[in-house]
Amino acid sequence: MQQDALILELQNGNQRAFERIYHLYSESTYGIIYSIVRDESIAEEVLQDVFLKIWDKAPSYNSNKGRFFTWILNIARNAAIDKIRSKSFKNNQQNLTSDNFVDILEAKTNFSEAVDAIGLKKYVKALKPVCKKLIDYLFFKGYTQKETSEELDMPLGTVKTRNRICIDKLRAMVIK
Amino acid sequence: MDIKKYISSGILELYVYGALSEKESREVSRVLKKYPEVKTEVEEIEKALLNLSAATAPNNAEHLITSIKDKLTGTSAKTTPERPVRTISWITYSGWAASLLLLIGLFTFFNRTNNLREELRTAQARNVQMEEQIANARENAKDAEELLAIIRDKNVQRIPLRGQEVAPEAYASVYWNTRDNTAYIDAKDLPEPPRGKVYQVWSLTMQPLTPTSIGLLADFKADDNKVFSLENQNQSEAFGITLEPEGGSETPTMDQLYVLGTVAAP
Repeated sequence: MQQDALILELQNGNQRAFERIYHLYSESTYGIIYSIVRDESIAEEVLQDVFLKIWDKAPSYNSNKGRFFTWILNIARNAAIDKIRSKSFKNNQQNLTSDNFVDILEAKTNFSEAVDAIGLKKYVKALKPVCKKLIDYLFFKGYTQKETSEELDMPLGTVKTRNRICIDKLRAMVIK
Repeated sequence: MDIKKYISSGILELYVYGALSEKESREVSRVLKKYPEVKTEVEEIEKALLNLSAATAPNNAEHLITSIKDKLTGTSAKTTPERPVRTISWITYSGWAASLLLLIGLFTFFNRTNNLREELRTAQARNVQMEEQIANARENAKDAEELLAIIRDKNVQRIPLRGQEVAPEAYASVYWNTRDNTAYIDAKDLPEPPRGKVYQVWSLTMQPLTPTSIGLLADFKADDNKVFSLENQNQSEAFGITLEPEGGSETPTMDQLYVLGTVAAP
């Protein structure tokens, strides 16, 4: 099914479409959530909430505002961030390490079937440190361009162009 | 629109991240629907990010779909069994009324929070714009300083060019550095050239009147300070600027002479 048609079906409340969407995006969404909450069972819980939200809010998605993937990404990051700010989470968790997605990849042994994660891991490791930071802030943590520029002490325009170069590198590894 | 340049600017990556303001995002969405190559690019960026984040998932989450599906609202998976008709007491009514009020209250509250959040986003976006403006202003100030240094040079002679018949209001100045043979044309007070036309600068020598082209005021519209630097090797006695067809002309079109001025005798 075409992506646009699939989204439309989802918006009309079609459960089969929902299953397909889940299949397409759940792993990536899970990865985003996990990289923020750092706990498997909490990440699972948030993932479920996120997909319930996707089901409920699907009619409000509008392709003129952005990509469907971006829409999901925002829901996931917000839900995960809300979670780590919640009281119950703070009481249970020790201090979160300052690791980023690279460290998660490093620590991982069993990988999904969908992605050649071992190959990916090797390449991601080879990314320049600044690239790892840019991708971590902008993609995984959902910082704005401005927040990233402040965090890395880098001019706004440079954030944009430098990040482009990083993603180009990543694409060269992922899409072969 | 230069699509290659647009793609390589890095805006599409920020678009997929969700790091742009709502206004910017809408703009990119529009471009994406118009240009297939932009769409392909966005899809590839998305694919790379999808794979990258999937690789950070701690395990396979496929099995969760069953428990999620059980909780989906609005589906007829579970039909409630018919219940016997009961008499409805006033307690039920007031209960419903209270819930309704609570709902309305919650909704208003939720709305207000959303509005605030939206305002915050707008403010943040505005901040970014301001920063860019400041950066631009700084750059402009630097340019201005450089210009000042150029015209203050002691080898520079200023020649005012007065408006002629076709454009009596027009005005321009030539700052001619006779040592490094450069003529800086300040064309701030020339009207914008019509489409397909360009200003051409001429060096003139008298007796006999010989015009020599020293160049075009290229990209007039895009040039912010409207100061153009041209090489002038000639023993110019006067300068003139005419309006010519795009690409310039061999000889000046005299009835399109906008400004003219003579070099003061040394």
